Amino acid sequence: MKKLFITLMALTLVGGMGIGSSFASSRDYISIVGSSTVYPFATVVAEQFGKTTPYKTPKIESTGSGGGHKLFGAGVGVQHPDITNSSRRIKKSELEKDIKNGVTDIVEVKIGYDGIVVANSKESAIMRLSRKDLYKALAAKVPNPDGSETLVENPYKTWHDVNPNLPKVAIEVLGPPPTSGTRDAFVELAMEGGAKKFDFIKKMKKADKKKYKAVCHTIREDGAYIEAGENDNLIVQKLQANPQALGIFGFSFLDQNTDKIQGSFIDGVQPTFDAIADGKYPVSRPLFFYVKKAHVESIPGMKEFLAEFTSEKAWGSEGYLADKGLIPMPEAERKQFSDAVKNLVPLKLSDL
Amino acid sequence: MSNQITSTVKEQGVKPGQATKATQNSGTADSNAIKTPESTGDTDALHRSPAQTAEIVEKGLARRYRSEKRFQLMGVSAIILSLMFLSILFISIFGNGYTAFKQTVVQIDVFLNPEKLNVDHLEKADYQGMVKESLRIMFPTVKNRRDKKKLYGMVSTGAAFQLRDYVQEHPEDIGKTIQLWVPADDDVDMLMKGHIQRGGLEVNRRLNDMQISWVDRFMEQERIRKRFNVDFFTSGDSREPELAGIWGATCGSFYTMMITLLLSFPMGVGAAIYLEEFAPKNRWTDVIEVNINNLAAVPSIVFGLLGLAMFLNFFGLPRSAPLVGGLVLTLMTLPTIIISGRAALKSVPPSIREAALGIGASKTQMVTHHVLPLAMPGMLTGTIIGMAQALGETAPLLMIGMVAFIVDIPGGFTDPSTVLPVQIFLWADSPERAFLEKTSAAIMVLLLFLVTMNAVAVLLRKKFERRW
Repeated sequence: MKKLFITLMALTLVGGMGIGSSFASSRDYISIVGSSTVYPFATVVAEQFGKTTPYKTPKIESTGSGGGHKLFGAGVGVQHPDITNSSRRIKKSELEKDIKNGVTDIVEVKIGYDGIVVANSKESAIMRLSRKDLYKALAAKVPNPDGSETLVENPYKTWHDVNPNLPKVAIEVLGPPPTSGTRDAFVELAMEGGAKKFDFIKKMKKADKKKYKAVCHTIREDGAYIEAGENDNLIVQKLQANPQALGIFGFSFLDQNTDKIQGSFIDGVQPTFDAIADGKYPVSRPLFFYVKKAHVESIPGMKEFLAEFTSEKAWGSEGYLADKGLIPMPEAERKQFSDAVKNLVPLKLSDL
Repeated sequence: MSNQITSTVKEQGVKPGQATKATQNSGTADSNAIKTPESTGDTDALHRSPAQTAEIVEKGLARRYRSEKRFQLMGVSAIILSLMFLSILFISIFGNGYTAFKQTVVQIDVFLNPEKLNVDHLEKADYQGMVKESLRIMFPTVKNRRDKKKLYGMVSTGAAFQLRDYVQEHPEDIGKTIQLWVPADDDVDMLMKGHIQRGGLEVNRRLNDMQISWVDRFMEQERIRKRFNVDFFTSGDSREPELAGIWGATCGSFYTMMITLLLSFPMGVGAAIYLEEFAPKNRWTDVIEVNINNLAAVPSIVFGLLGLAMFLNFFGLPRSAPLVGGLVLTLMTLPTIIISGRAALKSVPPSIREAALGIGASKTQMVTHHVLPLAMPGMLTGTIIGMAQALGETAPLLMIGMVAFIVDIPGGFTDPSTVLPVQIFLWADSPERAFLEKTSAAIMVLLLFLVTMNAVAVLLRKKFERRW
């Protein structure tokens, strides 16, 4: 028994040291971090790349856009990721920090668009909303219903209160929590877009930007908006169980569940593939990934992976990413970004 | 005397109304009796005749039986309730998941055109094109571009890779037409398994009428069938549900558990032996003991944060590696193993130690020759339970990058990998509906591992444990 123990411990120690010293000098696979919205698309490309080339399949972590930029910008070297996915554009502060950490050359690649849908169960009638309705129904503070230019705590209980054309159904919206990129995009595109329809709020933007942001971006907390977690599948299931409720999530989840749920009209446009692609649907956002130029040479397969991602068969209008629910960019834009990838044009601070 | 009876009756808790006439005595005496029930009760018993005692006991008896019954009923209903929840959980998981062990496959005829296949560069040929061509031949009436795209979508994108592998293995078949069973697309699979309904409006379905008619054609020609899903057990993760499997995650779990076992078992046993057999009993050992007990209750995500700060940022170990995952889980399971190890050592009777010391064994000999072998079954049980806990853990792995999309099967301790519970988490979050059954099936596999490990722990205890 004693001998066994000593051997075991010795083995462990030697093993641990051997392993410890063998890594760190190189990495033979691509490491990708970032947004959970881009994750389902980046993974498809990675898998395709891994199966059709002699290189290893890239590793993709779903850390969220902010977490991804933090890991990505920590430095240059094999222990840091090569690419970060982002469901929003990189912030100026993030790029400044990256440059300070020695990550000076970053190539920005836009891959396409994602629509954010407001959907409900097929069992109930389809909703015809406007961004203004969404703002009035979901903001914490809304303009006084009596018409004066003051803000009051949101008094609306049913959709009918918000807009007489809507049904008399209690406002109940399931959506993502504040940590989610989908939530950021929703408040920015839908709520702020609706708030701007009120002239006095629009004027506020110039006078007091902070207050303007707070008015547009704060969601009510009295139970009408329910934070349903980051799992969009769960929201879809809850919508089926509760036909009265509306849910907010990415277009790909609507696309996969068209037999159970329907996307509401927003400003008269229904979230369909074509409507998002040609820019008619108002609540859509661009998706990006960012590449560390210093790693393109040192990590095997980087160039080929970038070529795969920006090829027509991946991100083209008939490509396999479109099958997964990514809304492709117009042809001219695709060309612009695939050229940027080929020439590895780095992003400048002045671009942001 | 009547007062005394009242007091004893009171002691047994019978309501005054139900008691004898004696209860209707003066109120003051009654309250006195309540003030000192025990002292008076004791002496009363001596003066009581057996008949009186029997009477008192009988009166209380029905109530005591009732309360016992009530108590037992509560226990039974607690068990029934928890069994019910458990069975609801199992039924929903098994109900959703059992279909994942079957896979829909489609038979296609592929002509291996020698003009398109260069024997020296077999890996570069356009296999996707060959699969498409064979589908076109099967359905020559499909002309328009959109419909063709739908037609190609009937079989999985994995078909081309399967064809490639086949051709590389059988280069002698080039020039012939081969029949190959390839996985169907996940939507077709869902239709065959009844998760997509055929009825209803066409726009409400993932598959349109034309695609369903193609499936029917396949069925007429017996070119579509369900078979046991081997791929689910042999392949890594994939974004195509019909190609996704748990082997990659299982390997990752295996390497992670190996590291955890190799580190936590010797360290845990060593710590337990020292603390129980050698360490002096003073303030320091008390502090250590309290801390170990506290560590056992620390939320596991905290160990993940520690791992991120220590192993990744300070020591510079690679992200997403089973090595780091194992180290973090070691921190998590160590307290469990130490506590159970100490309990096992404590249960070895002191006479064994005294006997060993008495015939001249040193303290080390006493421990290694006598105490440890007797305590081993208990220690192993604790270790297995700790390992089962670690096997089901996701939270600490989140921080060290093991929540990731990894297709390649990990081949060592530093290859990027993920583990079974993380795989379940990732699939549960995927938009494709077919991942729902995969999620449940993966849960079933994980449960199987956990049940096996716990059963081994029980068996070990049954077989080797000695009672004194």
